[in-house]
Amino acid sequence: MKPQLVELRTSVLSKNDHLAQQLRDRFAQAGVYVMNWVSSPGSGKTALLEATLTHLRERGFRVAALVGDLATENDALRLQRSGAPVRQIITAGICHLEANMVSVHLEGWTLADYDFLFIENVGNLVCPSSYDLGENCRVVLMSVTEGEDKPLKYPTMFNSADVVVMTKIDLAEACEFDRETARANIHEVCHDVQITETSAKRGMGLETWIDYLVNSRHAAVNE
Amino acid sequence: MHELSIAYSIVQAADQAAVEANIPHVDAVHLVLGALSGVVKEALLFSYDIATQGTRLEGSRLEIRENPVVVYCSTCQKEQTLPTIQRFRCPTCDTPCMDIRQGKELEIVGLEA
Repeated sequence: MKPQLVELRTSVLSKNDHLAQQLRDRFAQAGVYVMNWVSSPGSGKTALLEATLTHLRERGFRVAALVGDLATENDALRLQRSGAPVRQIITAGICHLEANMVSVHLEGWTLADYDFLFIENVGNLVCPSSYDLGENCRVVLMSVTEGEDKPLKYPTMFNSADVVVMTKIDLAEACEFDRETARANIHEVCHDVQITETSAKRGMGLETWIDYLVNSRHAAVNE
Repeated sequence: MHELSIAYSIVQAADQAAVEANIPHVDAVHLVLGALSGVVKEALLFSYDIATQGTRLEGSRLEIRENPVVVYCSTCQKEQTLPTIQRFRCPTCDTPCMDIRQGKELEIVGLEA
């Protein structure tokens, strides 16, 4: 007997994509600019996010953050020092955030009360690349301690970036980090991506970074 | 490694389609996997056997067709297949290409029963 063939055209992640689109519509309606931050563990997402929340608040912006972590609430507790509302998403071992986790953790917040919402993903440069969270902008961070070839090792993630932040730039010299090679590698996998350099600890590059955020929001959100 | 959750999503979608098509047991699921999907074929195949246990897909094959990345080159004015995902440049003229036409797929294209 000939095998029976049933034709299908279903995206495996259609459920997540559908939910992400609903989130995107909600974000647009509320006028909140949403960023999804991804990087490997220990590249300095939380440190830069703390500085970002503090600086944006000083400039009069209303900010909030969701932070993903496999097991602890440490990041949320640390970020709450900025004075911004922060919620932890504990994924209980899942290596990435999905749109429904974001949706559930937004319950009780009025999105229109915020200008920026930051989503700090689980530290992982592979898995989060497949999951749309409804964000306006995907930020990929890489610290100088990770080496210049990170973009070539994780091209899928870097290719999906809207902006790349090179963090811990104050350590570049000590690590013999070659910025030009790193920039060239980033541009090999994502030609038109914007690249910026920061050191959250020393306050380097933060003004440029905050200006970038404010301008990006201005271009994306109609008020 | 998120291939196990991807495998469960495949099983869920395929199972639903099988119910709708009145298929009691599925022999194979045909999947297209783009080079930029972020999913590793070997890990997915391994996870698939676990995810299908106790379902109407148990014992079925996962047939994976891998799609390379295809970009549109504005200089050559045509689509070009990239030999590697480490370099988003036209393989003919070296123009940087970010207009991705293929390679992000993670799609079930059919069931075999």
